[in-house]
Amino acid sequence: MWRYAGRRALATVPVMAMVALFVFSLLYIAPGDPAAIIAGDQASAEDIARIRVSLGLDRPFVVRFGEWLWHVLHGDLGTSIFANLPVTHMIAQRIEPTLSLMAMTLVFAIVVAVPAGVLAAARAGSWIDRLVMLVAVIGFSVPVFVVGYVLAWVFALQLDWLPVQGYTPLARGVLAWLRGLVLPVVALGAIYIALIARITRAAMLEVLGQDYIRTARAKGLGLAPILFVHALKNASVPIVTVIGLGVALLIGGAVVTESVFAIPGIGRLVVDAILRRDYPVIQGVTLLFSFVYVVVNLIVDLLYSVLDPRIRQ
Amino acid sequence: MSFARRDVLKFAAGALTVPAVARADAARVLRFVPQANLSSLDAVAGTQYVVRNAAAMVWETLYGVDSSFTPQPQMCEGHEASADFRTWTFRLRPGLQWHDGEKVTSRDVIASLDRWMVRDTMGQVIRTRLDALEAIDDRSFRFRLNRPFTKMLFALGKSNAPMALIMPERIARTDPFQLIRDYVGSGPMKFRADEWVPGSRAVFETFAAYQPRPEPADWLAGGRRMNFDRIEWQILPDAATAGAALQNGEVDWWETPIPDLVPLLRRNRDVVVDIADPLGNLGSLRVNHLYPPFSDVRARRALLMAASQPDYMAAVCGGDDALWQTTLSFFTPGTPLYTEDGGTLLKGARDYAGARKLLADAGYNGEKIILMVATDLPITKAEGDVTADMLARIGVNVDYQALDWGTVGARRAKKDPPGKGGWHIFHTWHAGADCINPAAYTALDAGGAKAWFGWPDSPAVEEGILAWYDAADAAAEKAAAVAINRAAFADVVYVPTGFFRQYQAWRRDLAGVVRAPLPVFWGVRRS
Repeated sequence: MWRYAGRRALATVPVMAMVALFVFSLLYIAPGDPAAIIAGDQASAEDIARIRVSLGLDRPFVVRFGEWLWHVLHGDLGTSIFANLPVTHMIAQRIEPTLSLMAMTLVFAIVVAVPAGVLAAARAGSWIDRLVMLVAVIGFSVPVFVVGYVLAWVFALQLDWLPVQGYTPLARGVLAWLRGLVLPVVALGAIYIALIARITRAAMLEVLGQDYIRTARAKGLGLAPILFVHALKNASVPIVTVIGLGVALLIGGAVVTESVFAIPGIGRLVVDAILRRDYPVIQGVTLLFSFVYVVVNLIVDLLYSVLDPRIRQ
Repeated sequence: MSFARRDVLKFAAGALTVPAVARADAARVLRFVPQANLSSLDAVAGTQYVVRNAAAMVWETLYGVDSSFTPQPQMCEGHEASADFRTWTFRLRPGLQWHDGEKVTSRDVIASLDRWMVRDTMGQVIRTRLDALEAIDDRSFRFRLNRPFTKMLFALGKSNAPMALIMPERIARTDPFQLIRDYVGSGPMKFRADEWVPGSRAVFETFAAYQPRPEPADWLAGGRRMNFDRIEWQILPDAATAGAALQNGEVDWWETPIPDLVPLLRRNRDVVVDIADPLGNLGSLRVNHLYPPFSDVRARRALLMAASQPDYMAAVCGGDDALWQTTLSFFTPGTPLYTEDGGTLLKGARDYAGARKLLADAGYNGEKIILMVATDLPITKAEGDVTADMLARIGVNVDYQALDWGTVGARRAKKDPPGKGGWHIFHTWHAGADCINPAAYTALDAGGAKAWFGWPDSPAVEEGILAWYDAADAAAEKAAAVAINRAAFADVVYVPTGFFRQYQAWRRDLAGVVRAPLPVFWGVRRS
């Protein structure tokens, strides 16, 4: 098991190196210029050129990439061109809201979607099944920002139960923290619930048709033990896969959700950085997102081998 | 683990009291939604309006313009100008100190003006005429010039970036092309760098030792009395979220509500909507004068003949006619230099046939014309769409390039041919405060290669600008403005697409919000 985990972990190193090169190259060839944005609308072309030089943006690609990579290997992601703050500091400022949003969405989606999918499979063809699938189709079809606006209109503007925007740090109290997260989590969770519920249903339907389930029923086992002890474990590989894949979906969704609910998270940080061409921030955050994604995939791979030991061979 | 009923009740009661505490705090905190993200605080190295607006709380200028566009002493006690306007002597008012407790001295002023004069157009004019800028003592300093300069007070008090903000000497020594890293000022508010989350929040705290001037506040002039302990800028990039937050009382003041949401905000009795800046903005269709067909003045005049300001303004302002007006001038409507001389081609029904003929005379033969449109900004997107339609009507083969402002901002600086990374047309707008005279009006410069993007070359405009600088009285200034306007239309420096204002919105319990070229926080209080 440990050898398998070590092998998989090592395989992530070239992936991260490729990501680093790709991200840097992409930004190098992308249009736009942070110097023009710093200079503002009143500046002349000469002013912009002078600022470019002062930022070191006129140096060759290889020099800039080598320098950046060297710093990254030493744990330094650079300094924001605009805010003059270390990128690691800016990420640290924003990691809590994003982690809170993603973790709560993950928990919320799994808690809702897995039982819903199991129930839909167990009652295939019934109104429960149709209702779950209808909700799943809606969850898939309606964009996150629409769900977000509707939720904010109902629960913040009309009922005045929850705030429209913002984030309260966990240190200020669990209740206040949760209060600010409810709407973003529900908005972001909708599509994720739809995805997991559909996959759970499909995987469960396949398992429920197998002989050992019929045997369990014949033995007189209750519905709940059959579904949650015997069937769900064997259906879990595709469910775990889709949860892992969904993290990428969650990262993309978090960018939109953080904008709609003005959550000061990493998603908004990277959007702002892209609009301003704040290269060190874009590179740092992209590298971080890639790392998270690679780690999640690693965890998923390792979980496979726990759920199905045959995979290790 | 078990919970006693009393513990649960205590926990719930504690949770419920949080909003009450927050409400008490809110009375001393002003929550403001700025027009854009505050990415830096250096209004000398950068010219973004949002940066200028924040910097104006932290730093001050020697003079400040009031609502009649007259510079009034701000950090200065007063000045003496020699009869020939070659020597200007200033004295700082007593009691000025930096946020770190040090006194403001002439050395700080000289270092700050040295930095500003590198970046600002008016500063550059002063620099070309400067023999010496010298300290007389800790509170007095003097400009010695080799040519008269009558606009000194206006230059030192100008409200647009690069502003002549006075910084501590150690900060002012920063390269004018690099952003400052230290935010110690002498203004009424201190910047809390430790609470700054770029893209999300910027916090300003009252500077207890600040001594406001005795006069009442009037734009950037007069006493800057702060009625809040803290001003929190909350960056809400999504307009719908900002609108909802204002309606819900989560923020107090929104600088730039979009026209689409204004009717909704007006229906809310807790919200007030009013014009933000009486000086508004001038829409601009900017052409590249370096390459055909627009290197030929006839092609540029064809654009003047075909451009319909009502179409542009309807696209920008929606159905709200109170927000806009047509303008036959390069100067801000309602200000002293406004003149319509020379603007006849923009007047009356649009002449598409005439424009086609002029284009053909200029040698245009169906080549692709690159129209760069920043689609992430509603104003440039709306104007770009109108231009695409107008160009199609006069037979132009339009290459509509949908870009973001970051890309347009960088690409417009390229002087390469349009087919090789350059461009023909882009849209922008100029704050009316910048267009009240030629001093801060870089878009009006027509000095060829050194002019603003598009690089118009019009000796007549340049002569007019010089005449304005040397004008000794209002009549001479007006005469210069008339000459500039005529020449700018004759050579089509750019195509004015109309004059429009924008709204601001705030919670009804705020008093003292005024119409000004920038959000004026002093004097605002909770009623």
